[in-house]
Amino acid sequence: MNDRILEKLNILADAAKYDVSCSSSGSKRKNDTKGLGNAEGMGICHTYTADGRCVSLLKILLTNHCIFDCAYCVSRKSNDVKRAAFTVQEVVDLTINFYRRNYIEGLFLSSGIFSNADYTMERLVRIAKKLRLEENFNGYIHLKSIPGASDELLTEAGKYADRLSMNIEMPTEKSLKLLAPDKKREDMIRPMTFIKNAIIANRAEKQLKVKKPLFVPAGQSTQMVIGATPESDWQILKLSDGFYKHFNLKRVYYSGYVPISNDNRLPAFGTPVPMVRENRLYQADWLMRFYGYNVDEIVSAEDPFLDMQIDPKLNWALKNLHQFPVDINKADVNIIKRIPGIGLKSAYKIFEARKFTRLTWDHLKKFNIAANRAQYFVNLKIDDWQRKDYSPQQIKNFILSAGNSKYAANSSPQLSLF
Amino acid sequence: MLLTPHPSYRCFNMQTVLYDGSYQGFLCAVFDVYDYKFSLVDICTKDQFKGNIFEQVHNVHHHKEHSERVLKGLKQKVSRETLLDIYRAFLSEKTGIENTLLQFIQYVFSNKISVEKDFSHPAVITIGETVKKVRREKHRMEAFIRFQKTKDGMFYAIIEPDFNVLPLIITHFKSRYADQKWIIYDTRRKYGIHYDGVICSEITIDCSTTGSSVNEAETQLDEQEELYQKLWQSYFKSINIEARKNTKLHLQHVPRRYWKYLTEKQLKF
Repeated sequence: MNDRILEKLNILADAAKYDVSCSSSGSKRKNDTKGLGNAEGMGICHTYTADGRCVSLLKILLTNHCIFDCAYCVSRKSNDVKRAAFTVQEVVDLTINFYRRNYIEGLFLSSGIFSNADYTMERLVRIAKKLRLEENFNGYIHLKSIPGASDELLTEAGKYADRLSMNIEMPTEKSLKLLAPDKKREDMIRPMTFIKNAIIANRAEKQLKVKKPLFVPAGQSTQMVIGATPESDWQILKLSDGFYKHFNLKRVYYSGYVPISNDNRLPAFGTPVPMVRENRLYQADWLMRFYGYNVDEIVSAEDPFLDMQIDPKLNWALKNLHQFPVDINKADVNIIKRIPGIGLKSAYKIFEARKFTRLTWDHLKKFNIAANRAQYFVNLKIDDWQRKDYSPQQIKNFILSAGNSKYAANSSPQLSLF
Repeated sequence: MLLTPHPSYRCFNMQTVLYDGSYQGFLCAVFDVYDYKFSLVDICTKDQFKGNIFEQVHNVHHHKEHSERVLKGLKQKVSRETLLDIYRAFLSEKTGIENTLLQFIQYVFSNKISVEKDFSHPAVITIGETVKKVRREKHRMEAFIRFQKTKDGMFYAIIEPDFNVLPLIITHFKSRYADQKWIIYDTRRKYGIHYDGVICSEITIDCSTTGSSVNEAETQLDEQEELYQKLWQSYFKSINIEARKNTKLHLQHVPRRYWKYLTEKQLKF
């Protein structure tokens, strides 16, 4: 009995690990009932895998049996892998017992599609409902919305889950058709739209001071696979921008394709995971969400790929050198945020501290800025360094030769054995 | 570095103020500094004080009204968050942090306008850096604590945090695990918190028997405890993606000093 559950957990955790979402933040669920758990505000990463990714939730599939044959997925119908399925009670017991030992923030439940969409969705909802109503569990629950699931089941899911997600999988419909012939983009967009509207309606009623139960308090997210298909960063980021603006998505995740198949439609086994590109996409995503950059400032149809050597913020600054150097003591805080090497927290400290004193380079260094980047973009006297009119390429070279890229080893085409 | 007195001053002008190491005691020390109009001050705990015949030594006595007056004064000048930051920085137990906090408090009281966000001030900088470290350690404890269930249904965890963060994590664990009995014990500072399902209370275990009582608890584990530890370890292994291995990043997030009490890092089975 114990060996069987161990085996199931191995199979169904292994199959779920390519879904990169690990977030457990942004919900508002309190433990008012003196039950088990809460999901308020800040998320917690309880541990990190050997590859450095955060482990916050028990991330498993209910089953890896699947009627679909998506080329990029380990659980595809035609793949010869061990199959398994949890019972509802097994998932509940694992969640509760892991949670009580402080291993996890909650459950992230996804599933292969067995029988049909509604049948699968109904099982996922049943587990969330049981955790909430029978176990009095107030921890975080992230459910996957199954493409093509009915509005009734989505509404039911939204009552018990903190977050719902629907993976768009591929940046374009063309790639989706090529690699996931059973999936239609329309089946993904429709539930996302339905949930978006239901969330808006729920929040609007709340504003009328009507006591309403929570409905997907941590919002929706999605994910796309990067590097399996030829799309440009411009196409990818345009799509993300649309999701943030028109679907109110909380997060778009980018999953660098890990070769898992001999399919000739996909990169071969042994092709390195595009980790640098993935990281640059996240940096660009952050610039759009927190730094006030418009997507068109970061990439464009004429210049559709992100620079792999330097981050997109530095890249933007080098292309717009006429806006620099910035006067730290006078400039608008939104301009200060755009200085390479100065993050949101340092920008805030600069903004507050300059009310008391005229800031110098020594002050800035104490705010933990990245001095080797910022020095080219601020109009302060910097130690005994002589400012000259450098070209963008010169500045880029200085910065690259001064820093050790954390990706130097990973961008080598040679895969290391250990 | 105008605010750290040069060592050569110490012999003649330094007024040493000794307190018991508690936060209340520290606040009383601040009160006394104002009350006695001390100027060049070194606040330190009685345990740390090495003694110096040239120094003038003042012993702080506990007076509830003294600590409350300091708190009340601060409340009028700084935000709730900054008041908490003073406490957080104090819990770092960093040598000399009392003096930095005193400098900050003096800076606050000597100004009519609010100065808590003057990030160019040396004391504000030092407190900010210290608070950052303390908060990170608090957050790490909320993440890395691993409970083990005993036969009588108690969930216990051992910690050795870098700073004295136990007082800062009680609320989190109390609201999260409201329906289970738990103990979190700091072996470095020899005290713990016990939640009985209703209230939290401080506990101490006699130093000489700490080792044996921990071992004893391990032999008294719930019969399912081993299964769930095994399941967690196996889950931890399964979710790793070998093609993405990144040991540097892993160690940055989970430094080795925390591994001792992490279930997934034990090779017991």
